[in-house]
Amino acid sequence: MSEEKYLLEVEHLKQYFPIKEGFRTVPLKAVDDISFAIKPGETLGLVGESGCGKTTVGRTLLRLYQPTAGRIVFDGNVLFDSEKKIDVNMHPYRKQMQMVFQDPYSSLDPRMTVEDIIGEPLDVHKLYSSKGERRDKILSLMETVGLNAEHAMRYAHEFSGGQRQRIGIARALAVNPKFIVCDEPVSALDVSIQAQVVNMFEELQEKLGVAYLFIAHDLLVVHHISDRIAVMYLGHIMEIADADDLNNNPVHPYTLSLLSAVPIPDPETARKSQRIILEGDVPSPLKMPSGCPFRTRCRYATEQCAKEMPPLTDRGDRHFVACWNK
Amino acid sequence: MDNKEIKKNLLSAQVDLSKFSSANFEKATDEEKRQQDVMGESTTFFKDGMRRLRKNPLAMGSIVVLALIILIILITPHFVPYSYDQIISVGGVRDKGSANLGFFEYSQKELQYMEQTGEDLFPHIFGTDGLGRDYFIRVIYGTRVSLAVGVVAAIMVVIIGIIYGSVAGYFGGRVDLIMMRIVDIIYSLPDMLIIILLSVVLKENLSGKLTGTVFSALGANMISMFIVFGLLYWVSMARLIRGQILTIKNNEYVLAARCIGTSNAKILKRHILPNCLSVIIITTALQIPSAIFTESYLSFLGLGVSVPLASLGSLANDARSGMQSYPGRLVIPAIIICLIVLALNLLGDGLRDAFDTKLD
Repeated sequence: MSEEKYLLEVEHLKQYFPIKEGFRTVPLKAVDDISFAIKPGETLGLVGESGCGKTTVGRTLLRLYQPTAGRIVFDGNVLFDSEKKIDVNMHPYRKQMQMVFQDPYSSLDPRMTVEDIIGEPLDVHKLYSSKGERRDKILSLMETVGLNAEHAMRYAHEFSGGQRQRIGIARALAVNPKFIVCDEPVSALDVSIQAQVVNMFEELQEKLGVAYLFIAHDLLVVHHISDRIAVMYLGHIMEIADADDLNNNPVHPYTLSLLSAVPIPDPETARKSQRIILEGDVPSPLKMPSGCPFRTRCRYATEQCAKEMPPLTDRGDRHFVACWNK
Repeated sequence: MDNKEIKKNLLSAQVDLSKFSSANFEKATDEEKRQQDVMGESTTFFKDGMRRLRKNPLAMGSIVVLALIILIILITPHFVPYSYDQIISVGGVRDKGSANLGFFEYSQKELQYMEQTGEDLFPHIFGTDGLGRDYFIRVIYGTRVSLAVGVVAAIMVVIIGIIYGSVAGYFGGRVDLIMMRIVDIIYSLPDMLIIILLSVVLKENLSGKLTGTVFSALGANMISMFIVFGLLYWVSMARLIRGQILTIKNNEYVLAARCIGTSNAKILKRHILPNCLSVIIITTALQIPSAIFTESYLSFLGLGVSVPLASLGSLANDARSGMQSYPGRLVIPAIIICLIVLALNLLGDGLRDAFDTKLD
């Protein structure tokens, strides 16, 4: 791509899971050959319907799963390279890459107080010299995410969803990371609280300069927070472009249908707009169609689509699309 | 819209503010404001469970019964002047007529002695056994042995089960497969046969070496029983813990801990085990009676504690021969076994209701 310095570069990342079918083991291609890059302080939005591998991408980046193939470069250091057989110990990098989880209810240990939950990363990486310093750090983190310091000794179940998500964010921020994977951090929240949390993510980015991989299935939220957006379908990236560019000139037929599904607040405009409804269901990732995975539901599909997966090609202005016909 | 045009509905509960002025209101005092701060006491999972347990009359009754039994077996040996292994002697001479006394009965010699000296002898509360030993103190010691065996065996089983089960459950995959197949093999071994074989073998080998050590009082039978518990009985516990851990490790907070960089041992210790603590407590409470039962019937078969030490099972076994004439000697240890096992089972049930909130 360009000669600018990237914080995170992912090349041809593949993540297959072995699935037992009787006596045979079949690979489930959750993530199949995807590449993208994120600049420092930038937000890449990742959208797609459920089960398309968004969460897997985030977890594989943080090496919670062992990638099947590909290359991950973080801040100039190669973390994983299947060809050169590089597979570094992630422990030192855990301080720089963190994650905010989707479900604020199951991502906090019910047996721990807020202080211990936020303090755990500090304990693991020994980021304090005294108990007092630990407490001060925890309290200042709680303040950063807008939690009341008096609540430090409470248990997670005593908080609302939005507050719990703030605890999760404080835990991710504790190690002062450069990069945070936000795995659908607002999907489980109320719409009014979604806005608060999304705005908080933006404020934190301005203040701390962290880069996000923001995973969501809500295109509006993603468009609001992201600098660039990648659209995923069945483990492949179909289109990747700057947020406004993607919103205004979508190219890939899948992106078009996704955008047409975004609810429009004004009923007048909503009535005039046309919804593109896709036919059929998402194919099982165990029985992927040959060539382009989207061809079974695409109205532009040709024979070429069945033969070969279209490569991501630049359509100008860093707008990449993987489609033969558009 | 003009406000005056709105007609007030007759049934409306809305307060007509136009009738009031600021003079009708007064400011809330600080104390009144504080009353509005509803700050519930921060409760931990454990406190919450204990509160529920305290409301369960059966479980609380069981705790009282168990506490009473433990108190009695700890205190009484200190002021009952008889010992579990000595035939009653009066004035330093063995009393041959003291065998088979009834409840609170004195032997001929004892009555004479009391008349002569005017001194009161301690009564034989449950009478004496066929050899002239005080039966009450033998029951007390028997209860001590049975409870101790139950608790120690349960703790052994729980510790081995937790370690084995958590390793198998947490690491999963091939490790789990191999470890669980080992469990299946152990499950298929006949435990009775192994206890009998082991105690025979150990009796031969250990009898000389044990004298003078702490274990000598226990005897080879007891030790083989513990070994068998340690070898065989942990498997069901290990299976249970593994199952729990398999469900708990899929929670996102475990993933979050891995993401932070917490080591596997710490994840197990800090996140996973505390979250299956309720199951561990409950099964331990239910494990004790099963160990007491095993010990009792082994002792009943003559494989338990070695004479002169008694356990509740061996007391029942001894009483079998004189069952027609002295039924009390069989009934007393049997009742105590029942009490302990019933109380522990009810307590276990109460603990489950209190701590395993998923059942609600």
